[in-house]
Amino acid sequence: MSFKSFTDYLAWLYYQYLLITGIYVLEPWEKSIFNSILFSAIAMVIYTSYVFVPIHVRLALEFFSGIFGGQPESTMALMN
Amino acid sequence: MTESPATKPANGDVCQRVKNGLKPERNGLLKSLHRCHERQYKHQCHPEEEEVHAASHHDSLYSRPFVESFEETPMLVAVLTYMGYGILTIFGYLRDFLRHWKIERCHIAREKEEQKDFVPLYQDFENFYTRNLYMRIRDNWNRPICSVPGAKVDLMERASHDYNWTFEYTGRVVRDVINLGSYNYLGFAENFGPCADSAAEVTMKYGVGVASTRQEIGNLDRHEDMEKLVAKFLGVESAMAFGMGFATNSMNIPALTGKGCLILSDELNHASLVLGARLSGSTIRVFKHNNMQSLEKLLREAIVHGQPRTHRPWKKILIVVEGIYSMEGSIVRLPEVIALKKRYRAYLYLDEAHSIGALGPRGRGVVDYFGLDPRDVDVMMGTFTKSFGAAGGYIAGKRELIEYLRSHSHSAVYATSMSPPVVEQIITSMKCIMGEDGTTIGCDRVRQLAENTVYFRKRLREMGFIIYGNEDSPVVPMMLYMPAKIGAFGREMLKRDIGVVVVGFPATPIIESRARFCISAAHTKEMLDRALSVISEVGDLLQLKYSRHRIQPSMARPFDDNMYEDIDD
Repeated sequence: MSFKSFTDYLAWLYYQYLLITGIYVLEPWEKSIFNSILFSAIAMVIYTSYVFVPIHVRLALEFFSGIFGGQPESTMALMN
Repeated sequence: MTESPATKPANGDVCQRVKNGLKPERNGLLKSLHRCHERQYKHQCHPEEEEVHAASHHDSLYSRPFVESFEETPMLVAVLTYMGYGILTIFGYLRDFLRHWKIERCHIAREKEEQKDFVPLYQDFENFYTRNLYMRIRDNWNRPICSVPGAKVDLMERASHDYNWTFEYTGRVVRDVINLGSYNYLGFAENFGPCADSAAEVTMKYGVGVASTRQEIGNLDRHEDMEKLVAKFLGVESAMAFGMGFATNSMNIPALTGKGCLILSDELNHASLVLGARLSGSTIRVFKHNNMQSLEKLLREAIVHGQPRTHRPWKKILIVVEGIYSMEGSIVRLPEVIALKKRYRAYLYLDEAHSIGALGPRGRGVVDYFGLDPRDVDVMMGTFTKSFGAAGGYIAGKRELIEYLRSHSHSAVYATSMSPPVVEQIITSMKCIMGEDGTTIGCDRVRQLAENTVYFRKRLREMGFIIYGNEDSPVVPMMLYMPAKIGAFGREMLKRDIGVVVVGFPATPIIESRARFCISAAHTKEMLDRALSVISEVGDLLQLKYSRHRIQPSMARPFDDNMYEDIDD
């Protein structure tokens, strides 16, 4: 497909989205319900990952470095 | 999987063939490997890419290559289709909920208030589907026309302001829509020319009907002429005609079989055959579509075990098949069916509703297409509605059979005889096909149809659409799969002045929605080219080019010759 402008391309993408999800055949108010549920779900997923993923990654790193990392030198120093 | 040198990839690797789990045995060809079917693959085979592709070259059975393909549904498309139906079903439940609590008005038939506690009438899935899915895209069906449904047709424009619950006519006419939906295979749906003239002449002489049955005072000389002509056309002893094609099937099968008989029916047989078989009260067993392995297994079982419980032999075994299957575009494997029928002494009922006129070098249906003897088929049935541009159906076969039917068939005894102009249309068009009118028009049309079919199918396949069925079948199903694409395809095509038929559940399995093109001899090359370019454009817009097989597999493949040798008798 060749597109005249980026807007055309976006319109075509939206059309594909309508066709694949099947909401092409729905009435406008049903479409808006579906879109708002879908987009709010996606937004929540993104927000949650933004808030929690860094924390989990840091915890995971600490956990694994605790397992695989060598003994810290400071422990030896304490024993001395 | 047998592997022959011809199917091995060039680099010697045997590719891994991954079945994606959908319809692994469409048409049962996997099982029939050691018989006369073969699965062929593209030489460069990709994982998870598979096509059921059958080619039969058995010299003694098939005079020409028998190529039928049913490409596997792509996995992603199948998943997305189910997802689409899931979403629509959820919204259907939402709307039903709103209707139930009277938040929105229900436009469709429902239980009366005082019958609420009775057995529900409108709660099964089909009703749910009609209410919540079909209604939304109803504008694609039942479009009123206002001209002869020839190669081009005029549509009455209609609009809906309440999402297809009601329509109103705008008063405008959409002119010259290319008609890819009519079963007008030989283009005899015309309002001019010799057929129309002679029909008009007969109307003046005989009137439009005699309002009585053939057995009483409704028998005209034209009816008898027509029956003789039909018998001559088909190359059988005798024939009889009925005013309604559907009733020809549904009323004559009960006259032929009864209790203690067995009907072996193809799973995709038309509703009229199914109804006839059920009305007859015989035992019905269904074999897989066009799968001779499955048919033979059922035949063997029927003969070995006989009737259930008593184990008496079946009184009759009737195999019921169609010439061209109108939803799949496949052609029956008639040579093999006849071989099986002879081997197991069964009877064969062949419904040539779509194939008569449309197949074969002389337009005489699937028997002519395979070059077989019409006497091998016990009951030949067909309609005049399609290729002949008239109405009604016929049964043809041996003289005794037809005489028996004349006195026993319900539609012969009770149905009003055919209208003389319709009879005349049949006679004139049939004589035209036979060349008895002194012209080559009929012959040219049969050839034109074959050419159009091959051309149209080839081009669609090259464009990358998934096309089902036999290469020579003028019914061309093109897969759409997703529910929203059914509606979108019909609307976009009409916007571009092409009238097409789109088909969904319940006529097809739920995920295999399709568009069905019917090619006609009346279509010119320009019309087909225009239609094809529009189909390609809409196909790009809707992303319908699902096929992953851009090139046809080659058919040069050696063939086992060790089957059916002992069948001929």
